[in-house]
Amino acid sequence: MPVSDNDVADVSREPVAVDHHESTLRSRRRGPYDGGPDMIQLLDPEGQRVLHGGAEEYAHHVDALTPEDLRGFYRDLVLVRRFDLEATALQRQGELGLWVSLLGQEASQIGCGRALRPQDHAFPGYREHGIAWCRGLDPMRLIAMYRGVDRCAWDPAEFGFHTYTIVIGNQALLGTGYAMGVQRDGAVGTGDPERDTAVVAFMGDGATAQGDINEAFVFAGVNDSPIVFFCQNNQWAISEPNERQMRSPIYKRADGFGFPGLRVDGNDVLATYAVTKEMMDRARSGQGPSLIEAWTYRMAAHTTSDDPTKYRFSADVELWKLRDPIARFKTWLAHEGHADGAFFKAVDAEADELAARVRTATVEMPDPGMDEIFDHVYVEPHAQVEQDRAALRAYLDSFEDEGVA
Amino acid sequence: MMAAQRMTIAKALNAALRKAMEADPKVLVQGEDVGKLGGVFRITEHLQKDFGEDRVMDTPLAESGIMGTAIGLALRGYRPVVEIQFDGFVYPAFDQIVSQLAKLHSRSRGAIKLPVVVRIPMGGGIGAVEHHSESNEAYFAHTLGLKVVFCSNPTDAYWMLQQAIASDDPIIFYEPKRRYHEKGEVDLDVPPTLDLFSARVVREGSDVTLACYGPMVKTCLDAAAVAAEEGRSLEVIDLRSVSPLDMPTLEASVRKTGRLVVVHEASGYVGMGAEIAARVTESCFYSLEAPVIRVTGWNAPYPPSKIEELFLPDLDRVLDGVDRALAH
Repeated sequence: MPVSDNDVADVSREPVAVDHHESTLRSRRRGPYDGGPDMIQLLDPEGQRVLHGGAEEYAHHVDALTPEDLRGFYRDLVLVRRFDLEATALQRQGELGLWVSLLGQEASQIGCGRALRPQDHAFPGYREHGIAWCRGLDPMRLIAMYRGVDRCAWDPAEFGFHTYTIVIGNQALLGTGYAMGVQRDGAVGTGDPERDTAVVAFMGDGATAQGDINEAFVFAGVNDSPIVFFCQNNQWAISEPNERQMRSPIYKRADGFGFPGLRVDGNDVLATYAVTKEMMDRARSGQGPSLIEAWTYRMAAHTTSDDPTKYRFSADVELWKLRDPIARFKTWLAHEGHADGAFFKAVDAEADELAARVRTATVEMPDPGMDEIFDHVYVEPHAQVEQDRAALRAYLDSFEDEGVA
Repeated sequence: MMAAQRMTIAKALNAALRKAMEADPKVLVQGEDVGKLGGVFRITEHLQKDFGEDRVMDTPLAESGIMGTAIGLALRGYRPVVEIQFDGFVYPAFDQIVSQLAKLHSRSRGAIKLPVVVRIPMGGGIGAVEHHSESNEAYFAHTLGLKVVFCSNPTDAYWMLQQAIASDDPIIFYEPKRRYHEKGEVDLDVPPTLDLFSARVVREGSDVTLACYGPMVKTCLDAAAVAAEEGRSLEVIDLRSVSPLDMPTLEASVRKTGRLVVVHEASGYVGMGAEIAARVTESCFYSLEAPVIRVTGWNAPYPPSKIEELFLPDLDRVLDGVDRALAH
C-alpha cells in the first residue's frame, strides 16, 4: 500500500534536520496530515457517513447499534469532555496538583470503551478518562489521584480497569501477561460471549519507542494472546512530534510482529467503535493480538504543567478543531433524526450537573491520614515499615501538648 | 515418607518448585531456557515435561517482558516464579520490578496482590565472564514493597522457596550459584518452624558476631571453625532475609558478644552492611565494644575472573575483620 506524500514514512526520508529553524520550516510546510488513504473512517469531519480506508468491513458493527446506543455515545462524549474541562479548571484554581486533559481524544476513548464487554480488562496509561468512564469508574477516583489524595485506589478486578500507569509503556506488558492468564483460564475461543475475554492495552504515539511496548508485541505475538494494543496517536509526545519518534507509521509496525495493524480515524466515534469491536471479537475468539492506531490530536497541553505554544502552531490546532469528534457526531445524529434539540439540551444540563458535582466533591475531599504512607506496603507486615510507622506516630504525638498535632 | 535425603541446593530448589507446582495449579514457571533445557543451572529440569508448556514457559529473551507478563499473570490470579538467568541480566527488568511489582499493592490500597517470586542466581566465584557474578541485593532491599531473601543451604533452598511461593508479597529470591552443588541433608516432610524472614543462629559463640547471608554463610562457618582452633568463639548468623531484616535476632547476639562483623560479596559502599551497621549502632550502642566492621567486595566493579579471589571476601579476610573488631 503506497503512502501519501506527506506521510511520516516519506517525510522521515528527508535528511534529519538538526537546525531548529529548519525543523520549524519543515513542520510548517508539511502541515497537519489527514491520516492517509489507509485510515478507516465512517463519519467525516462534516458529519457525513463515508466508507474510507476499507471501512466496509467494519460498518456492520455500527449498523447493529440502536438509536439509543448512539445517543448514549453522544452523552458519553459530552459528559467526559465536560468532566475533563472542569478538572482542568480545578487544577488552575489549585485544587488538583496536576491534570492530564483528554480534550480532542474523546471519540477514540468512547468508541473503544463502548466496544468492551464487562469481562474484558483494560490497561490504561494516565489519560484514559473516557475509558474509565465506560468501565463505570466514578470520575472522582481519577480526581483523587491527581489531587494527591491517593494513587489509584480502586480495585481493577471490580471494574476490569487497571490502575493508571505513568511509567510509559509498562502497562502493555501487564496487559499481555493478563491476556496470557486469560488463555490459561480457557476463557478464549469457547464461543460463549459471556465468557470469552480480551484485553486492551493503551499507549500513546510516544510510547511506541519504549522497549516495553515492543516486548509486549513480541510476547503477545508469540503467544497469540487475546489483546488489542490501542495506540492513540495524538501527534505529540509532550513537545516531540511523530517525526522525532518514528520512521514508519505506527499501524504498519504490527506486520513485523506477526499480527494485523489498522489506522482508524480516532475523531470518528463510529469508526473507532467498529474497528475496536472487530478486533476485540477477533481476540476473544482466539485469533490473537492486533494493533489499532487511532489518529487523533491532543487539543490541550500535555498536562497542566505544559505550554504547547512553545513548540506547535496555533494554526494546526485550529485545523484540528474542524475535525472535532463531538461536532461531527452531533451533526450526523441530528441529520439522521436519532436525536433532537431537547435531547442535546438535556445532555448539556446533565454535563453541568456532573461538573458541579465534581467541583463540590473535589473541594470537600479530605486529605489522607499518616497511615496512607505505611498501609499496604506489604500484605504481611514488614518490621522496618512498622518501625517507621510507630516512629512517625510518636513524633506527631510529641506535639500534642503544644496543640500542633 | 521420604524422610531426610542428601541433596544439592540445585536439586532442593528443583524439588521445591515441583512440590509447589503440585500443590497449587496457579504456580507457573517463566524464564529463558527453563523448558526443555531445564534452565542453564538445571533448576527447572524436567518440570516442563511433567507440567506442560503452559505452566513452564520458555520466554523470549527480554527480561522486562518476562517480568511485566509475570505481573500481568499475577493480576489474573496466577503465582509466577520467574527465573532471571544470571544476576547481571536483571537490570532490563528493573523498571518493571521497581515501578510495578513493588508498588501496585500500595498504589491500589491493597486491592492488588502480586505473589511473584523472582529467582536470581547470584554472586561470584565460578570463573564467569562479566555480568555473571554480581550481588545486586541492595538495589532491591532499598525498594520497599519487595522482600529480599537468600538461601544458603539445601534445607533452606527447599523450604524457603516454597515459603516464598506461598507468600502474597513479591519476593526477590537469591540463590548462591557457586554453592548450587553443595550437598546437605534435607528433611522433605517436616516443615521448618522458622518463618521465611527470620535469621538463624547457625553457630553459637561468645566473642564476635558474624552476620552473613547466601554464599558467605559457608565462608563464615569455615572462618569460625578456624577461629575456634585459635581459641576465639565466633557466633555466625545467617540473616536469610535482608528485607525485612530480623533485627531482634541480630541485636540479641550483638548484646552478647559486643562485636559485629558483617560479611557480603556486594561492594560495601551503600550496601547491606552499611544499613546493618547503622541500625546496630543505634540499637546496641552501649553493648558495642568496637565499631561494626564490614568485610565485603571492594568498592569497584566486579573484576575479571582470574583475580576474583582478590575481590571476594574469603576465610582469611573474614578473620582479618574479626581481628580488627577484637583490636578495640
